[in-house]
Amino acid sequence: MNTISERYAKKLEAEADIENLAEVLNFINAELPSHSLKLRNSINLAVEEIFVNIANYAYKPDKGGIAIYISTEQKVSIKFEDKGREYNPIERDDPDLDGPLTEREIGGLGVFLVKKLMDNIEYMRVENKNILVITKNI
Amino acid sequence: MTINKTQDKGKLTISIEGKLDATTAQEFQDVLIPAFDDAREIVLDFEKLTYISSAGLRVLLAGHKKSFAKDVPMKIINVSEDITEIFTMTGFASILSIM
Repeated sequence: MNTISERYAKKLEAEADIENLAEVLNFINAELPSHSLKLRNSINLAVEEIFVNIANYAYKPDKGGIAIYISTEQKVSIKFEDKGREYNPIERDDPDLDGPLTEREIGGLGVFLVKKLMDNIEYMRVENKNILVITKNI
Repeated sequence: MTINKTQDKGKLTISIEGKLDATTAQEFQDVLIPAFDDAREIVLDFEKLTYISSAGLRVLLAGHKKSFAKDVPMKIINVSEDITEIFTMTGFASILSIM
C-alpha cells in the first residue's frame, strides 16, 4: 500500500511555528516509548528539519497550519500535511560536501539529513496540500 | 540548552549542555560569534551536547568562517559518537577542527 494513503494511529494539528517544535517532538516521542535512543534521535532530527522548513517557508510571510500523523506498526511512518506553497524537498539538490559549504547549501543540509536518516521519503501535491511521508524501519 | 563559558587567559572554552536545535541555535550563535572579537582561541566542549540539527550546524559553519576571518582558532572537543555521526554524514567532520 502507498504510504501516502496509509491509515495513521495519531494526529496532531498545530500552527507551523518554530515555537511549537517542542510540542511536535513531544507528540512524536510519546509514540516511541520503547524504541532505542538512536532511533528516536534520528526521527527527532528528521521531524525537526521538516517541521522547521514548513514553519519557515510554507506560508511566508503569513502563518498557517500543519497536520502531523504517526503510526508505529512494523515501521515508523510520519506524514506531514500543509496548505502552503508547493514545495517538494526531495527534488532539492544535495549540498556539495566535498567543496566549501555555502549558506545556500546549508539550507539543503536539513533535507539531506532527512534523506540520510530515513529509509524512505515520499512527496505528493494533492488538493493544494503538500504531503510528505517519512518512513523508518524498526 | 545551557551554555557555560570559561576563560583561561586568551583561551575561551564554551561548553554546551543539552540540545542544539532550531529553538536554541540563535542563543548559541549570540554567544559564539562575538567571542571571536576578544579570544585568541575558542574551544567548544560538546561533552554534554546530546543532539544537533542543521540549525546548530549552521552556527558552527558561521563560527568556522569567523575563525578564518579573525585568525582565531576554533576547536571542538569531547564529541559523542552520535554527534560525530552527524558531522561525518554532513561533511562537517572534514571542515571543523575536531579534537
